[in-house]
Amino acid sequence: MSTLFFHNVRIIDPASNRDAPGTLTVCDGIITELDAASAPEGAQSIDGQGAVLAPGLVDMRADLGEPGFEYREDVETGARAAVAGGVTTLAVLPNTMPVIDDPALVQHLKERGNDTGMITIHPYGALTKGCEGKETAELGLLQEVGAVAFTDGTRAIADTKQLRNLLSYARFMDGLIVQHPEDPSLARNACATSGPLATRLGLPQVPAAAEAILIARDVRIVEMTGGRLHFAHVSTAEGLELIRKAKAKGLSITCDTAPPYFLLTEETIGDFRTYAKLSPPLRNPADRDAVLAALSDGTIDAIASDHAPADADDKRLPFAQARAGGIGLVTLLSATLASGLDLLSALRLITSAPAKVLRIDAGTLAIGSKADLCLFDPEQHWVVESGKLPGRAQNTPFDGETMPGKVLRTFRHGLEVYRAGTAL
Amino acid sequence: MPDSSPPLRHLLGIEGLNAGQILPILDLAESYALLSRSRSAPRDALRGRTLINLFFEDSTRTRTSFELAGKRLGADVINMTVATSSVNKGETLLDTAATLNAMRCDLLVVRHAQSGAPALLAQKVEASVINAGDGMHEHPTQALLDALTIRRHLGTLSGLTVAICGDIGHSRVARSNIHLLSALGSTIRLVGPPTLLPGAMAGLGNGNVTIHHTMEEALNGADVVMSLRLQKERMGAGLVPSAREYFRFFGLNRKRLALAKPNALVMHPGPMNRGVEIASNVADSPQSVISEQVEMGVAVRMAVLDRLARGRRPS
Repeated sequence: MSTLFFHNVRIIDPASNRDAPGTLTVCDGIITELDAASAPEGAQSIDGQGAVLAPGLVDMRADLGEPGFEYREDVETGARAAVAGGVTTLAVLPNTMPVIDDPALVQHLKERGNDTGMITIHPYGALTKGCEGKETAELGLLQEVGAVAFTDGTRAIADTKQLRNLLSYARFMDGLIVQHPEDPSLARNACATSGPLATRLGLPQVPAAAEAILIARDVRIVEMTGGRLHFAHVSTAEGLELIRKAKAKGLSITCDTAPPYFLLTEETIGDFRTYAKLSPPLRNPADRDAVLAALSDGTIDAIASDHAPADADDKRLPFAQARAGGIGLVTLLSATLASGLDLLSALRLITSAPAKVLRIDAGTLAIGSKADLCLFDPEQHWVVESGKLPGRAQNTPFDGETMPGKVLRTFRHGLEVYRAGTAL
Repeated sequence: MPDSSPPLRHLLGIEGLNAGQILPILDLAESYALLSRSRSAPRDALRGRTLINLFFEDSTRTRTSFELAGKRLGADVINMTVATSSVNKGETLLDTAATLNAMRCDLLVVRHAQSGAPALLAQKVEASVINAGDGMHEHPTQALLDALTIRRHLGTLSGLTVAICGDIGHSRVARSNIHLLSALGSTIRLVGPPTLLPGAMAGLGNGNVTIHHTMEEALNGADVVMSLRLQKERMGAGLVPSAREYFRFFGLNRKRLALAKPNALVMHPGPMNRGVEIASNVADSPQSVISEQVEMGVAVRMAVLDRLARGRRPS
């Protein structure tokens, strides 16, 4: 029996709205007690030195490259990046090769996560076979073996009737559908948001309204079908306003955003920096401010890393030809803290809130739950340096930025899986 | 076989019929079932009458059933199928009606892929029209034969709980059954994936219908379980992912059947997709009355032809 006793820590547990100093006891990987006066006999005592002890982060949107794109990232390297960022639970996208549209692949990915000993993987099941947007995938069978929700990942469901069928069909299993909210025909071949910057640089453009156009359509279909829909990485004021109104109507609609959309603007593209080529593309300052406001007012339910690893060769290309996406696991906590939200609210968006959207048992310090923990110093800053980050992929849009919040130690199921400055 | 119910001019659907119109047909069919078994059907009942089977859709069993029913009652039976009709030459449905009218047939059995086609023909021909299935609308004789089969086993339809499983939305069988079962006092549970079970179906059947999306919920304590055929094109249309997923969640297997009453009847309008909507060991189990449904089909169609012919002057 192994026992850990955390003391001299500021315990923040958004699930219970707790933000107070205290102690936390872990026995055999399970949280057994909060605020015990003293360590149980034989316990390993861990002095937090005043740092924050929070639930291990829950990232509801990451691409780990496996299977098929291991040259970009694989489960092992992705896990190392995750735990360095305090992330212990990940929902991973199905846009792999082969696509995660078969129950055996869902099981395989879950096992791969467990095999690392560092992370728990909740695979998304593909919404359509091969993520091709044509035939409905076997949603029920995928869910049975652990698919946490269904999405075609980086591809929107373009066909209106098909989305209607998918939302209807998934109702019998109360399945969640996750949509990439960007009208595909408007976005085809585009790589930057329409506006002066993209015009000056001569880049193929997609109007920011492409997001609102799809969201408006999808909200209406949710209204028709009664399905559950989640919009990923929402990035525009107009899109968020539509979601705000849909939520006010009581529809089962949730959304997340990713750090680049509340910390960066299209100006980051600068002189064709392909690390800033994202999907959806970076927006203008007004949209960025709207995303920040939506984080504060609760319109946005969660923050996801949107971890999209790319090999150097994927990015060493003319901007329009480079692979879209940036890594985000290692910067998830820091970027969220940089939003300016109070600690409790910020942590909620990357712990209990995504867990609630996905209906998974994670992101909480409740007694009886698995001891997935993140110990971090919110006051310590660090510089994001591409090339020196944990994990295989280095394509961070935050390259060179100084960020708050240094992860000191990460635990999964009571076992230490990361310690700053130490290879475990 | 006297009965006092008013004569029927056509049988275009079950909707709108009441128990007083349905029960005499079932009673007459009951007696025809017995007579058929004893090979002693009254071959003069439709003597001198002409019955045309006008099938715009492929159907072996329904067409054969009507043909047998007509012949057992002494009618002259003509089969017209799309492949041999003028429709392929560009003739409209109303042209066909005019042609058939000129032929002075008495009974016209129509199957058509479009809902409402038999009703359109009925407006234009002198013959009595029997709907043998029109699109997704109705299949009245199937519902009558189902009712007869149930009544023979359970004695009544009043107070029963009937679960209808599968592709309800596209099913004319389901619609006719909902109308008939509710008219005779049954409670109906519809179950299927939401893509195949529109919520509006709950509005049929005078408030006796409930919608379910799990077989376990729908079959619990049911007296009768009707499984419907899943057309393969439903998968192509994105309504169902695959046959194996459909069977996993909506297939009628032994475990699910065990949730129904111990002697619950298992029914299927045929043809069955074994391993898709129904497991073989259920289809062939002692609780299955699927073969009997086919037998009752002939008896019910004899009764329908007889009743409609009675309402007509002799040719």
